[in-house]
Amino acid sequence: MPPIAERNAAVQIEEFQGRSDYGAAFLFDTPRRDLFMTRTFCNRWFTLLMGSFLLIYILWPLTNMFLRADWGVVTASTMDREVLAALWRSIWTAAAATGVIALFGTPLAYFLTRKDFRGKAVLEAIIDIPIMVPHTVAGIAVLMVISPRAPLGAFLENMGLQPVNSSFGIVLACIFVSIPFYVNPLKDAFASISPRLERVSQTLGASRSYTFFHITLPLAKRGIYSGLIMSWARSVSEFGAVVIIAYHPMVAPTLIYDRFATFGLKYSSPIAVQLISISLVMFVLLRLLAVRGTGGKSREMQS
Amino acid sequence: MIRLQDVSIRLPGFSLAPLTLLVEEGEFFMLVGPSGAGKTMILEALAGLQPHEGEIFLDDRPISKLPPEKRNIALVYQDYALFPHLSVKENIHYPLRFSRSRDHRNHVEHLVALLRLEHLLHRFPGTLSGGEQQRVALARALGAKPRLLLLDEPLAALDPLFREEIQEYLRKLHEEEGFTILMVTHDFGEVLSLGERVAVLREGVLQQVGSVESVFRTPANREVATFVGMKNIFAASVHHNLALLEEGVEFVLASSEEDRSSCFVGIRPEHILLGNRPWEGTDAINAFSGVISSVVPRETALEITLESSRIRLTAHVLSSTFLDLGLRWGQQGWMFFKPEAVHLF
Repeated sequence: MPPIAERNAAVQIEEFQGRSDYGAAFLFDTPRRDLFMTRTFCNRWFTLLMGSFLLIYILWPLTNMFLRADWGVVTASTMDREVLAALWRSIWTAAAATGVIALFGTPLAYFLTRKDFRGKAVLEAIIDIPIMVPHTVAGIAVLMVISPRAPLGAFLENMGLQPVNSSFGIVLACIFVSIPFYVNPLKDAFASISPRLERVSQTLGASRSYTFFHITLPLAKRGIYSGLIMSWARSVSEFGAVVIIAYHPMVAPTLIYDRFATFGLKYSSPIAVQLISISLVMFVLLRLLAVRGTGGKSREMQS
Repeated sequence: MIRLQDVSIRLPGFSLAPLTLLVEEGEFFMLVGPSGAGKTMILEALAGLQPHEGEIFLDDRPISKLPPEKRNIALVYQDYALFPHLSVKENIHYPLRFSRSRDHRNHVEHLVALLRLEHLLHRFPGTLSGGEQQRVALARALGAKPRLLLLDEPLAALDPLFREEIQEYLRKLHEEEGFTILMVTHDFGEVLSLGERVAVLREGVLQQVGSVESVFRTPANREVATFVGMKNIFAASVHHNLALLEEGVEFVLASSEEDRSSCFVGIRPEHILLGNRPWEGTDAINAFSGVISSVVPRETALEITLESSRIRLTAHVLSSTFLDLGLRWGQQGWMFFKPEAVHLF
């Protein structure tokens, strides 16, 4: 007896040859090739091939950049004060923007998931706007509000906060573009928590706020981590909006662009390599943290 | 003592007509009705989780304005709603976070022992069986020392095996620990085995309140009668001790009643006897003959329907009795019931 796979293939060939209504497929599918074209074989490899195309498209340029990086220049640029300052500024402005978003975005996400009201869809659409607006446009829009000639900008300047060409301005730009990346995952997380858990908590003697901090938030942990990571990553990689509000002081993406424009590829790619390395390390660390934070217990939550 | 005074709820797609109810201290009160009758909504209103009109009194003190955490009324949902990120122990000890007293701690320890939860304390809710989850939910709710415990279909989601066990626990909690319980169910069987008094609700309207026995024996209307399991319900008019049905059918009643032109008579299926020949006794009895048109197995008996051109009767008969009579589907049979078995409403 031939092995099962072969027998199946044989059966399929018979089936296939028995059909005359196969149309165009019949023209280039010869029975010989069909030996390998059993349905599962075909489906699996086809899916894998189609799926891997995009993965390769992401990984190829990035690994290529690492492989072809001039490591001498990379190490040299780690001594470059300007580079280090830009990298550090990228990290902390992104973190500050994410912090502000988390502070205001958490109650907003909760409100949007728990309450039903007229015009809710409009509010939800507003949150998504920063995803759709070109980032330069976002930068211009924010600039028009915070420039010293506008009332808000004048007010901020009176307070001693310089909104344009400052780290403060960079944070403002990052906040605008990163909001949906925090609020949306958090909304999903809140929506997956049964309101009954909160209600029961209240009947057991907990106030609404106690319930929120001890039941709702811990259960939304996964969504919060994911929102924080996404929002931080979005902010760290922001260029378009930042460059409009603050070319100086420079964050890493601006410096990369600056070096590329003035010195060319050779001198911009080392900083790119560094920024990617830092981002990747942060990303992996945060992911690990998120998995560990929700780990063990999250499995119980499934049921 | 809990009193609902004209409590009504109006939501899109649902409304609860003004409801007035009284649950006494230490009572096991049942709220029954088909799904969608608004039972859960009433529980949430009592717990302070559902805005409503009217007033709720706890010992003559109005509590409608109080938030849930100030009401001292605990609620156990049908799906238990255990906190998945907390261990069983943390779940049960949750109410203790809002109390400092040593007594309270002892009370919770006592409940853990009573509900046999010691060996589960370090597990997480997701790993427990339905019955175990229900016991944890009960311990957690009672751990808050509530004046009133609200139970939303506590047995519905359980396997039959656990259902019996939880029923035993509920009885124990009520009888030995003296908790006041208001339980919602759609199953009248649970009312019979647990309840003391019962309120029947249908489509947001209260149909009848009374002791379980009185509702069971003398249902107030046709809906309640169907709900408590009366299978044989007929429109009739009453003249002296006779109920006159359509097609010239007459039922003899136990006593002479006031004349009524339109009412209903009902006979519980377990009060009807099946026979294979005409009645030979001398006492007054209602007897009908017909063809056995269906035999359906039920939990404890066979449900047998007898049909003639004039009437259709359904009786519950023990399987052994049915076999002894030697009757089969499609054969002629007789059904008898005493005048006392005929209920008017």
